[in-house]
Amino acid sequence: MNRLRLIWRKSLNVFALTLTGVAALAVVSILFLILGYLIYNGGKSLSWDFFTKLPKPVGETGGGMANAIVGSLKLLFLAAVMGVPVGLMAGVYLAEFGGKTFSFVIRYTTDLLNGVPSIVIGIFAYSLAVMPVKHFSALAGGLALGIMVIPITVRSTEQFLRSVPGALREGAMALGASKWKTVATVILPAAKGGIITGVLLALARVAGETAPLLFTAFGNRFWSPGLSQPISSLPVMIYTYAIAPYDDWHRQAWAAGLVLLGLVLVANVGTRLALSRGGSARSV
Amino acid sequence: MSSTATTLEHAAPPQSGPRSLIQRLRHGDEVAHLLTLIFAALILLLTSMLVYELWVNSHLSRSKFGMMFFFTRVWDPVFGDFGALPFIYGTLVTSVVALMIAVPLGLAAAIFLSELAPRRISDTISFLIDLLAAVPSVIYGLLGIFIVVPLMRTEIGPHLIKWFGHVPYLSVLFKPPNYGVGFFTAGIVLAIMVVPFIISVSREVLLTVPREQREAALALGATRWESTWKVVVPWARTGILGSIFLALARALGETMAVTMVIGNDPKISMSLFASGHTIAAVIANEFTEANGDLYLSALIELGLVLFLMTFILNGLARILIVATERGGGQTA
Amino acid sequence: MMKKTLLVVSLLVGLAAAAGAQSNPVLLNAAGATFPYPIYSKWFDVYHQQHPNIQINYQSIGSGGGIRQLQAGTVDFGASDGPMTDEQLSQSKVKVLHFPTVLGAVVPTYNIEGVKSELNFTQKALAGIFMGTITKWNDPAIAGPNPGVNLPNSDIVVVHRSDGSGTSYIWTDFLSKASDDWKSKVGKGTSVNWPVGLGGKGNEGVSGLVKQTPGALGYIELIYAVQNNISYGKVQNAAGKFVKADLAGVTAAAAADANNIPEDFRVSITNASGAAVYPISSFTWLLIPTQIPDAAKRDAIKGFLLWMLKDGQNYNEGLSYAKLPKPVVERELKAISQIQ
Repeated sequence: MNRLRLIWRKSLNVFALTLTGVAALAVVSILFLILGYLIYNGGKSLSWDFFTKLPKPVGETGGGMANAIVGSLKLLFLAAVMGVPVGLMAGVYLAEFGGKTFSFVIRYTTDLLNGVPSIVIGIFAYSLAVMPVKHFSALAGGLALGIMVIPITVRSTEQFLRSVPGALREGAMALGASKWKTVATVILPAAKGGIITGVLLALARVAGETAPLLFTAFGNRFWSPGLSQPISSLPVMIYTYAIAPYDDWHRQAWAAGLVLLGLVLVANVGTRLALSRGGSARSV
Repeated sequence: MSSTATTLEHAAPPQSGPRSLIQRLRHGDEVAHLLTLIFAALILLLTSMLVYELWVNSHLSRSKFGMMFFFTRVWDPVFGDFGALPFIYGTLVTSVVALMIAVPLGLAAAIFLSELAPRRISDTISFLIDLLAAVPSVIYGLLGIFIVVPLMRTEIGPHLIKWFGHVPYLSVLFKPPNYGVGFFTAGIVLAIMVVPFIISVSREVLLTVPREQREAALALGATRWESTWKVVVPWARTGILGSIFLALARALGETMAVTMVIGNDPKISMSLFASGHTIAAVIANEFTEANGDLYLSALIELGLVLFLMTFILNGLARILIVATERGGGQTA
Repeated sequence: MMKKTLLVVSLLVGLAAAAGAQSNPVLLNAAGATFPYPIYSKWFDVYHQQHPNIQINYQSIGSGGGIRQLQAGTVDFGASDGPMTDEQLSQSKVKVLHFPTVLGAVVPTYNIEGVKSELNFTQKALAGIFMGTITKWNDPAIAGPNPGVNLPNSDIVVVHRSDGSGTSYIWTDFLSKASDDWKSKVGKGTSVNWPVGLGGKGNEGVSGLVKQTPGALGYIELIYAVQNNISYGKVQNAAGKFVKADLAGVTAAAAADANNIPEDFRVSITNASGAAVYPISSFTWLLIPTQIPDAAKRDAIKGFLLWMLKDGQNYNEGLSYAKLPKPVVERELKAISQIQ
C-alpha cells in the first residue's frame, strides 16, 4: 500500500511541477507574441521621420510623433514630481510612524484610489485643473497621472521599508540615531532598490494610460510650450490613430506602441543597471 | 546671591509633563511624523474630493432614479432612461472570468519561478513578465481584436459548445450564438493583463518564505511539490491573496482593452459568449459624446457605482486577509 | 542730441512692434466631431503653412464633447456632426453660430457568405433590420429589391457604434425618417438604445466586426469605406431610386433644399427629395461663438472661415467629402460678419 501511495505522490510531484513550468512558459510566450506582433507591425513604420517630425494630416505620409514622444516624457516627469513625493512620504508614514486605525484608513483609501478607473480620475482632474482655468494643459495631464502614481508608490514604499531587516534598524538606534535619522539615512537607502522599482512600475503603468489624458492634456498637433498648453502624448496618439481609417496612421500607431514599450524597457533596464552599480540594496 | 539663584533656575531641567506643540516640533522625530502624516492625509483628502465630485455631479441622475438605478436594465440616452444593472453584471462577470484564468496560471508560474527555476533565469523571466504589465491597454485591445476574437469564434467557442453544450447546468454558460466578442473574450484579455501582477507579487512573497520551512518539510519526507503546496504557499498566502486583489482592482477598472472585445451591448445574458458591457467601458465610450445633463450625470453615477464596488471588494479583501493572518502565515 | 536718441528709440520700438506682430503666435484650440477629422486636419495644416504664426489644434473627441467644451470655455471653437438642439442653445451661456463645412455620407456595409454583389436596401428594410424585426438575410424585404442574388437563410448580425458619434446621429436620423416605429421607440441621437446588435468602437470597430462576422451588417462613413476598399450597398431614396453613395449623390442631397436652409444653418438633409439624392447624407458644422474677446484669435478664426469657404473647399473631394453648394457658401460668407 505504501509503495502505491509513494508512486502516486511521486507522479503527482512530477506532474504538478511540470504544470508550473508550462504555466510560466505560457505567460512568457504570450509576452513574446505581443512583442513580436508589435515589432513586426511597428518596426515597419519606424523611421527617422517618426522621431523627428510633427504629425501630418490625413493621407500625407512622412508625418511623425516627435511632439508625442516629448509630450509623454514631459507628462511622466510632471506625474513623478507630483505623485512620487506624496506616495513616498505616505509610505514612510505607514511603515515607520503610523498608528493602528489611521494607518488602516490610509491603506484602505490607497487601495480604493488604485481601483478607480482611469477615466474617472481623468474626469476628476478635469474638474480640478481644467475647468477653473478654462483651458487644457500639460499640468492637468500630469496631475491626473500623478494621482494614479500615488497608490502604487505607497504600496511599494511601505512594503520595501518593512522588508529591511530589523538588525539594521536596531543597529542604528543602538548608535544613538533618532528615528527620523534612522529612516532617512539607513532604512530608506537600504530599501531604495525596491522603492525605485516600484516607482518605475507605477510610471510605466501610467505611461500607457489614455483615458485620463483625454480631458486634461487634450492633445496637440504642434509643440507644446511651457506647462499650460495642451500637450500630445503617445497613448493618445495610439488611440486616435488606431481607430482611424487610415493604413498609414495604423502603422504609426503600431510604431508608437513599440516606442512606448521601448521607453519603458529602457527605464527598467537603466535603473537596474544603475542600482547594481551603486551596490546591491538587498545584500546585508 | 541673586545671580546664582537665577543661574540655578536656568540650569533646571525641562519639565517632564506634556510639552506644547512648538516644543515638540523642535524634536526631529515629531517633525518627520507630522510631515509624513500630512502627505498620508493628502491621499485621504484627494480620495474624498474625488468621491465628492462624483457625488455632486451625479445629483441629477440620483434624484431622478434613486435606488432603481441599480436594478434597471435599460440604457436609453434618447429618452433619458438609465440603469446600471447590465454594466454591474458585465463588470463582475468579466472580472470573475479573468481571475479564474489568471489565478491558477499566475500562481503556477510564480511557484515555478520561486521554487524551481535557477535564480538568474527566474530573475530574467520575472523581468520579462513585468514588461507585460507595461504594455498599454490599447495595444491589448487591438491584439484582442486581431487574435483572440477570431480564435474564440472559430476554435475555442465551437469546441466548448461541443463539449459542454449538453451538460446540464453548464450548458447555459456556453450557449451560442458565438460571434467572437463577448464576456469570455473580455475575460481572457483581462486575464492576460492582470496575470503579471499576480506573478510578480506572489513570486516576491514566495521568495521571502524562510528556507527552513521548505527544508523541514523535505526532511519529513515530503516531495518537492508537497513541500511547496502544503507548506510554502500557505505560509505566503496573505501576500498571494493581496496580489489577487490587486489584480481584481485592475480588472474592474480596465477600460480600453475591454471595450474593444466585449461587444458593447448593455444586455444581461448567462452565456459567456454573449456580448455585454462594463461600467468602465461605457463611460469611456460615451462620456465625450454625452450631450445632456441627465446623460452625463448618469454616466458619472456609474463611476460612483464602480467606486462603491471597489470599496466593498476592498473591505472583503481586508477581512479575508485578517482571517488568513489569524490562521498563521506570513504578513505581507 | 535728444532728437536723435528719440528717433532711434522710436525706430527700435516700431521695429520691435512690427516684428512682434509677426512672430506672436496665435494658438487656437478646438474640439469636436470625428466624422470630418480628416478634412479638418488637412485644412488646419495647410492654413498653418500659409500663416505660420497661426496654430489651430483640433482634437476629435466627439461631437458632444465639442459642444460641451465650447460651453465650458476650454476651447476656442467646436465642431459637431449634429446641430445643437434648441434646448442646448438656450442653455448655452455663449451664443453660438453654426457654420457648415463639408458634406459626408454614411453607408451600409455587410459580409454575407457567397454574396459579392452590391445589395439594394429599401428604407423599411434597413429600419426593420436595426429594429430586430427582420432577422434573416433571405427575408422578402431584402430579397425583393435584389432579384438574382442568392441570399442565404442565415441570421443577420447587426453591428452599430458603441461610442457616441455623429455617424450614429446621421444614421439614426435617417432611420427615424424611414420608420415611424423607429422614431417612437428608439429615436435619433449620437448614442441610442439599440434594440439589437453588437457595438464596435469607432468606424474601425464596426468595420472590423463586420469583416470578421459572417452575416453582419453595419454602417460606416463613406470616406472610411472608400479609403479601405470596403464594399457597401445602395440605399433607396425618397424618390424610390436605389443610389450608391458618392460625392454627386451627397451634393444633390444638400442642393435639393439649398434655398430653404434656415438662417442658422441647422438642418437635416437625410432623406432629401430628388432622384439623384443619396438619402443618408449630412452637413457637419463648426460651432463658433459670436463674441470672441481676444482680437488676435477673432481675426484668426474669421480669416480661417473665409479661407475655408473659398480655397478650403478645393480639398474636400480629394478626401471623399462633398463641397458645400454655392448658395450655402454665399450665405455663410455673410454670416461671418456676425462674429465680434
